[in-house]
Amino acid sequence: MSITKKIYFQLVDTWALTKRNLLRYVRLPQLIFFSAVQPIIFLTLFNFVFGGALGHSGAAIHGKYINYLLPGIMVQVTLFGGLQTGIGLATDLNSGIISRFKSLPMSRSAVLMGRTIADMLRNIIVIGIMLVYGYILGFRFYNGAGHAIAMVGIVLLFGFAFSWVAAYFGLLTKDPETAQLAGFIVIFPLTFASAAFVPVASMAGWLQHFANNQPITFATNASRYLAVGLPDNGAIWKVLLWTLGILIIFIPLSVRTYRKRI
Amino acid sequence: MSEVLAFEVNRAAKYFGDLKALDDVSLSSKQGTIFGLLGPNGAGKTTLVNMLTTLASPTKGSLKVLGVDVVEHPDTVRNLIGLAGQFAAVDEYLTGEENLYMIGRLYHLNHKETKKRVSELLEDLRLTDAARRQVKTYSGGMRRRLDLGASLVGRPRILFLDEPTTGLDPRTRLELWEIMRELVKNGTSILLTTQYLEEADELADHIAVIDRGKLIAEGTSSQLKARLGGDVVEFEITNELQKDVAVAAVSGVATKKVTYNEDNRVISVPVGSHGSTKLTEIVRALDKAKIVPNSLSLHQPTLDDVFLNLIGAKASDVATTAAKLGKRARR
Repeated sequence: MSITKKIYFQLVDTWALTKRNLLRYVRLPQLIFFSAVQPIIFLTLFNFVFGGALGHSGAAIHGKYINYLLPGIMVQVTLFGGLQTGIGLATDLNSGIISRFKSLPMSRSAVLMGRTIADMLRNIIVIGIMLVYGYILGFRFYNGAGHAIAMVGIVLLFGFAFSWVAAYFGLLTKDPETAQLAGFIVIFPLTFASAAFVPVASMAGWLQHFANNQPITFATNASRYLAVGLPDNGAIWKVLLWTLGILIIFIPLSVRTYRKRI
Repeated sequence: MSEVLAFEVNRAAKYFGDLKALDDVSLSSKQGTIFGLLGPNGAGKTTLVNMLTTLASPTKGSLKVLGVDVVEHPDTVRNLIGLAGQFAAVDEYLTGEENLYMIGRLYHLNHKETKKRVSELLEDLRLTDAARRQVKTYSGGMRRRLDLGASLVGRPRILFLDEPTTGLDPRTRLELWEIMRELVKNGTSILLTTQYLEEADELADHIAVIDRGKLIAEGTSSQLKARLGGDVVEFEITNELQKDVAVAAVSGVATKKVTYNEDNRVISVPVGSHGSTKLTEIVRALDKAKIVPNSLSLHQPTLDDVFLNLIGAKASDVATTAAKLGKRARR
């Protein structure tokens, strides 16, 4: 098969599977609903519980904690969105539909691509809903439309990379519930021990070293710079490197695991 | 071309650690026939199907589909086969039409070809009315038909059906049988796995029996039954005194020794593999001898008989366990 034909079929396969996953979101709008409710709850709780205490500290930007908080929650919500990739793949493995796909003369990576891309597109909708709610709570972009779009783009890319991590663990565990639990165990401590909700400088000394050098901090700092103009200290490059690194490691790892699974 | 075998399994084995899911199995089937793979749960049927459909690779041995090696040229094989498994492997939230369309595109048919093929299949499988409904609203039978349809989108030359009728109601089962017969008539080869002897008997030209990863018997349905001693006609006499006359009357029809059970006055007549014709002969013979039996029935070997006969050791295990349990219950 010629290389152009191969690429063409790879696109056809990936689109067929992306469409399948998007149609599921159309048919099961509650999936998107609950994905959007989650950041709304987090924004509400954090803003009104911590906002009073943190609103006058280093966590206030332009006088409001919501400006500090929203980029952090946005990163967190895309990570939770990425979890769905792992859960969905584990569910597919148990339903027998993966066996069918594997018996077809289609690309081996298209099932995973279709899933991660669909989950990224879904994240766009969730982020959109969340931004509207953030505006109601007083969040504003202070750095222009171009930067605002770049912020959403970087967060989406980072979430896309995390989707591949979740894909790998979903295929490894083969169990939707385990995949979900494992994801929560990873996401919660990583987001709390980062600059997502509070400034790292306020944390315990030993934790600061970790918090200052982990990708979620880079992702939130990068998006804070792009959204509200807080200095990023190279976070944009760091998060892009992390994203690339995760993709380079986890795409082949996931595809290899997929090949072995029945 | 017709000399190429539909599939050919040569000393294939699949180990999962210490577990020998399949051990040194050799099988082959001609094109345009139904090959029945019979065995209980966990016998290794699905493992064999997985290897033939390129989902799993063999630990040892080689497998070919229409002359193509499954390990060396998996993509060529995938273009020749269709697979329908124990689960209806279709997407619940897509409509029947969307499911088939997706599969068609994954076979790399273009949009127009796919549309045409999908409406053909929906028509053939009587799903046209339900085509635009989500699969989650389908009945079990409709799901299986759609699943079968998905395996047919690529016009496979050989179809692998892994327990396609398990858990189906009798009507749907008959419907699927009819579809399989129709496909074979049009030149498709089928490998069918089943737990039901009746199903293999009804459909398969050739049957292989596997248990615990090993091939334990192979042949046509009648060859297998003959190995089991075949069909048995049983009847109950009203009076013990009629015994000798009755046994003498039917002995000519029997293929083996006629036996008599004193406890329930039942005479058993082994009749080989043509049970129903022999049944008529026995009725005539009894009529001639002026004996009116209380009950008369034809027993054909069941899958249980296959296993009780072919794996004697297992049967005695069952007996010992039962005896132990009985003893404990009495204490």
